[in-house]
This record gives sequence, C-alpha cells and structure tokens, in this order.
Amino acid sequence: MELIANGVNEALRLLVSLDPEVLGITALSLEVSGVATLLSLLVGIPVGTALALCDFPGKRLLIGLVNTGMGLPPVVVGLFVTVLLWRSGPLGAFGLLYTPAAIIIAQSVLATPIVMGITVAAVQQLPKSLHQQILALGASRGQAGWMLMKEARLPILAAVMAGFGAVISEVGAAIMVGGNIKGHTRVLTTATVLETSKGNFDVAIALGLILLAFTFVINLALTQLQQRGKA
Amino acid sequence: MTGERRLVLEVKGLRVRRNGFTLEVPSLALAEGDILALIGPNGAGKTTLLMALCGLLKPAAGEIRFRGEAVDPASLRYRRRITMVFQEPLMLRGTVADNVEAGLKLRGLGRAELRERVEESLERFQIAPLAARSAQSLSGGEARRVSLARAFALEPEVLFLDEPLMALDPLIRKHIVRDLEGALSHSRLPAVFTTHERREALRLADRIAVLEAGRIVQEGTKEELARRPPNEFSESFFDDLGGPPPARC
Repeated sequence: MELIANGVNEALRLLVSLDPEVLGITALSLEVSGVATLLSLLVGIPVGTALALCDFPGKRLLIGLVNTGMGLPPVVVGLFVTVLLWRSGPLGAFGLLYTPAAIIIAQSVLATPIVMGITVAAVQQLPKSLHQQILALGASRGQAGWMLMKEARLPILAAVMAGFGAVISEVGAAIMVGGNIKGHTRVLTTATVLETSKGNFDVAIALGLILLAFTFVINLALTQLQQRGKA
Repeated sequence: MTGERRLVLEVKGLRVRRNGFTLEVPSLALAEGDILALIGPNGAGKTTLLMALCGLLKPAAGEIRFRGEAVDPASLRYRRRITMVFQEPLMLRGTVADNVEAGLKLRGLGRAELRERVEESLERFQIAPLAARSAQSLSGGEARRVSLARAFALEPEVLFLDEPLMALDPLIRKHIVRDLEGALSHSRLPAVFTTHERREALRLADRIAVLEAGRIVQEGTKEELARRPPNEFSESFFDDLGGPPPARC
C-alpha cells in the first residue's frame, strides 16, 4: 500500500512541479498516439464503410483479415515496421527508425484494423433498407456512405475510443521502433517500463497514473460526444 | 390512357433477377399524370419491379427510357429525378424537418428554397407541428407521413410507392390516403404504387397492373380489370365491388 501511496504522491509532485521531463514524455505520448489514431481514422472509417456497403468476391475473406488485424500483437507490428525502416530495409532511406514518426507508423498499423473492423460492424448493423432509402433520396454513393457513417456514429465513436486505447497503451512496438530514447522517443508506456525495470516503482506508478488519467479524460470527452449523439 | 399524353417512363424487355426470383416485364409505360397501381400476391415481384425502376436493383436485361431517352437507372442523374417511398419508413437521426430536407440538401438547394419546400411538404401531410420533434420518436402513422413529405419535397418527376401505408390503423390509413391523394392530384405527379388494399388501388390509380410470379398478367383501367380479372387473385381483388369501381375522387 505504501508503494502505491508513494506512487500517487510522486505523480502529484511530478505534475504540480511541472517536471519538464514528465511533461515532455506526456506531450510526446499524446502527440504520437493522437496522430496515429487520426491516421487510423482517416483510413479505417472510409475503408470500413466501403467494405460494409460494397459487394464483391472475397469480401468475407477480407473482413476476416481485418478482424484478425484487430488482434495484431504490437511486438509483431514493431518487428515488421523495424524491418521496413531498417537502414537496409525498403524504407530505410527515409531514416525514420528511432524517431517519433516510426512510432506513429507502427501505432497506425495497430489501430487501423481496429477502427476498420468496428466500422464494418457498425455500418453493417444498420438496416439494409436504410442504404436504399438514402439512395432513393438522391444520394450519390459517397453521400450515402457519409450519411450512413453519421447514422452509425455511436459505434464508430466506440471505434475511435478502441483505436486510441490500443495505441496509447501499447508498449512493444513503441520500444522496438522508437528505441525509448530520452527526450526524443520516450513515451509514457516506454518510460514506465524503463522505470519499473530500474526498480523506481514510485516514478513508474506516477507515470502509469498520468497515463491512466489522460486516457480517462480523452475517453470521457469522446463518451460525452457519443452519448450526445444518442438523442 | 398513355397515347394522348407524353410518356415519362417506358420499360422494354426488363428482366431482373433477385435471390433466385426472376421478374420479366416485356413492356410498361407511364405518361404524365398517370397513376399506376401494381397489385398481386406476395412474392409476385412488385417490390422488385419498383426497386429496378428506381435504380436500386440492376436489371439483367432490358431498357428503361425516361422522357424518351434510354437511362442507366443506377445513375445519379436519373435517381435525382425520381424517388421512392418504402414499406418501412426509416428515419434518419435528427428532427422531422431534418428528415424532410435530407434529400434537398443532397441536391445542394439554397436555404430559402429548401425551407419553402420543407414547410410546404410538412403542411401538405399535416406534420408541421412535428417539425422540431425527434424523428426517432414518431408513431407509425407519423413516420409514414414524414416519409411521404420527404418524397414530395423533392418534387420528383416520377414517384414510386411500395405499400407506403402497410400495417397502419384503418382510420389513420384512411386519412393518409386522403392526404396522399390530394398531394398527387395537386402535383399531377406520375406515380407507380404497390398495394394489397383494393380500395386504395381503386381510389388512387388510373390503371392497374396485375403481377403474378414475376410477370404482368394484365394491365388496364380499373373498369377493364374488374370486367375481366385475369386470375384468381384479381377476381378476389374485385369480386365484391357490387358494380363498377368507384371513380377517382
């Protein structure tokens, strides 16, 4: 109990004292995970909607692959992104390995199937006749997709929360492609791992609590948005 | 009926396949102001025909001509000149007014014209007091009215109605039929509608086409069909009229 109490005290102290290192780590975490979530939304929601609405051979297989992607192990994604970005790898020329951009890429790869898979389910659960009724109102295919996305916004906002939750909390890929470099690629999860391995439990607990607090605040805001859309 | 007035819609050699069912319509025509009722037993192909005419089902063969020109029924250009009211009116999130203006917004109508058309349509179907109400909280009858108002607000050149008043209380149904009849009469809009209700078919339609197992087995005026019903279904549809069918109000 004392360990936890010390952790909470340390968290408060680090926050109140505006510890520059903690602030930097927190800001980078939010930036990296925010951009990765945004990228996954930009790809996952439109593609998921199109996948739900279009009929083509192999559609079930493709949805199966997307659903499988929802459970991608972060370390496997980290491994593949590392290989891709490695100096002699296909994208090595860009020099992205061990940069925040590499973490964004890896986290986007993790979050996109989650957002896409939930979007497919969200749009498919709408009555089929709704799509036809929207088309009968004179909607283009794109307009119909947009209107259906709006109709499914409650579960789609759940997809946003799930996508953000997956990236803000993952550690394997971030360590592998980011390298946990102090002041450069160290984020809340990788810093927590490091402090734990060093036996600095109070700092690790403090970082963990900060991570939880930010995750809670962001999800609370998204939930407010979601529940407002229920009316 | 159609010879003296300009044809709006012509169907030639239409074949539509849907879930193992095949609909074949060698020819069908609709002129300005025509109101055609499609009757027939369940599974005869009424909804399939309407969906094909609305571009919601791709025909396997045949041609649809709109005002003399062959059209791709799935094209946006054609779909924006017609509309369809469905058996089950599904409301979009938002208010009743949001729903009625949805199709107009898709067409990029100016705010003033949009408001005018929405107000007119709400008034016509007596749902103006519901304009600000959530469309998810409507009764069945109110939702049917919104669905009709949403279609009429678009001022389509042809209106398709697929059993638009199914499963409604008889009194509410009667009132909505009256409003629908008024709207059709006022707009002189050519329409095709499906129904199982004899009185509605006789009251609203100029012509009736009888479908059976994916074929139109007879098409003609109400009087023609009442005199020579083509099958048992039509016979029962007309059998207790006790005289010539009532003239359209």
